[in-house]
Amino acid sequence: MKLNFQVEGGNFTKAGAASSEVKKVLKQLGVPPMIIRRIVVALYEAEVNIVAHARQGIISIDLYPDKVEIELRDKGPGIKDIPQAMQEGFSTASEEVRAMGFGAGMGLPNIKKNADKLHIESLVGEGTTVHITNYFAKP
Amino acid sequence: MNQSNQLHHAIKIDPDKCRACTHCLKVCPTEAIRIRNGKATIIPGRCVDCGECHRACPYQAFYVEQDDLSRIFDYKYRVALFPAVLVSQFPENISEEQIYAVLKQIGFTHTCEVEQPISVLIDSIKDFVKNEYDGEGPIISSFCPATVRLIQVKYPALTDHLVLRNAPHDLAAWYVRMRLAEEGIDPSDAGIFYITPCAAKIAAVKSPVGEKKSIVDGIINMSEIYNRVMSNAPGTKGVLHSCDCRHEISSEGILWSLPEGEKVAFEGKSLSVDGMHNVIRILERLEDGDLPDIDFLELRACEEGCAGGIMMTGNRFLTADRQHKRAKTFPKAQSSSGMEEIAEKLRIAPVQPRPMVHLDTDMEKAFEKMQKARSIMCHLPGIDCGACGAPSCLALAEDMVRHEARMTDCIYIQQLWQKEGKISAEKAFRNLEKKWGENRFDVDCSKHGAKNDNGPGLMNEEEDANLY
Repeated sequence: MKLNFQVEGGNFTKAGAASSEVKKVLKQLGVPPMIIRRIVVALYEAEVNIVAHARQGIISIDLYPDKVEIELRDKGPGIKDIPQAMQEGFSTASEEVRAMGFGAGMGLPNIKKNADKLHIESLVGEGTTVHITNYFAKP
Repeated sequence: MNQSNQLHHAIKIDPDKCRACTHCLKVCPTEAIRIRNGKATIIPGRCVDCGECHRACPYQAFYVEQDDLSRIFDYKYRVALFPAVLVSQFPENISEEQIYAVLKQIGFTHTCEVEQPISVLIDSIKDFVKNEYDGEGPIISSFCPATVRLIQVKYPALTDHLVLRNAPHDLAAWYVRMRLAEEGIDPSDAGIFYITPCAAKIAAVKSPVGEKKSIVDGIINMSEIYNRVMSNAPGTKGVLHSCDCRHEISSEGILWSLPEGEKVAFEGKSLSVDGMHNVIRILERLEDGDLPDIDFLELRACEEGCAGGIMMTGNRFLTADRQHKRAKTFPKAQSSSGMEEIAEKLRIAPVQPRPMVHLDTDMEKAFEKMQKARSIMCHLPGIDCGACGAPSCLALAEDMVRHEARMTDCIYIQQLWQKEGKISAEKAFRNLEKKWGENRFDVDCSKHGAKNDNGPGLMNEEEDANLY
């Protein structure tokens, strides 16, 4: 089953729409609560990343009976140095964005912590694609 | 499989009063209500006893079960346990002394405000925060039983955040037992009756969370006491009974059930949220990992906390205002030393999640059903009118894949199918009658707003006739 969401860069008022929809669906499927929580936290962070950094993005979610595969593809600045961006506290967010409570440099590390599998591809000046896979039962 | 069925519910529907008007459908935060055979019904595994339906019903068809007041006379000693909101809901011309006096008049031998021994709870919560809680993120108050149940049912991943301590009414019951023992009263001779401001507390007393059995012997509705006080207080000379340890009443205790009441027990940052729909919004954010650093989250299902309880008659804002004024006339809570024994009774076992079963207990089947429901949604109009008996089109689609509803329950689909010649007008009307009851579409001038609307009072035609 597939769920798609469009994400508008810079529109913080709508940030989190995809994750709350996905959360509802996972609850209905009866996925264990602690697993849902991990998925939602990872997805929410990744969704907010698009809003904070990119011009626009698409989130595609593939649901299977045993796992969820999430792809977040954006058109944006890209990430120059992915290993560096994965470090806690590293942030390129503007003061403005930080003042809203985003951009503390915990985003990617937090995604990594909550994703069973995480893969990031990025082209500077083009955009970033984040793949997150989580299993409903521990593999 | 649905363990939530074991939960006790205090909110009931009187089918004779229910007119299936769908007001309740829309306000239920867990989508626990459906109209079946022309009457509202509650799905037990989803209900959290918050009472939103009770508030919304124009026909007073929802009622809260209680014990008959005469039951107190089964006991030699009769204790009234009541929250501070009982006192502050009365207008200024009724004194605190008169309220206490009426309680004695009714037949209670002892009276105790539940927040009286609050210092024990404050110290115990501090101990929990310091020595027991090792989770990440905010600690969530377990004071309001409707929000605790909401978390169990709808936010099961958050149960680990709850304070593992009893509510004040349990504390007070233990406290009263201790005091009675000091007076040399045999415990079997004493009946403790809790006067409740809401349904959730009744449900919590009948099937306590994280605890085997409540020690309260019975429940009395606040509204019943309200009526007694309103009719009897004016002629009553108030006397505050001497044995009731009123010197222990404290300003913290009086404020405990109001928003920000529990703040005193927590150091650090706290956030207080009241009102069921506000609580839901904040819990959603907490689940998303999208709350700033907060040490303590205080939740109240009712706006203005217990002052807005569904059994409360007084206006919630006036009640809360009087309560703040009253709190100023009492001293700060004293030390809880000497009450260690009661403090021990406050501990409860971890609160278990009771996630509601949405589509199927088998995840693969649930998956198939969800795909089906999404396809069904393509056909439903998305008007969320409630005329099918479900709170929304999506809820109807989900009911359908669970085989609890049919496509023809949707009045728009029926209309469309009639136009397309798939179903006869006769058959379509029979379907409607099945859902809404056979005489539902007869002319009825007694319904709300119709020309013979007599209000929600007497509904018995014979009695009505005698009056006119």
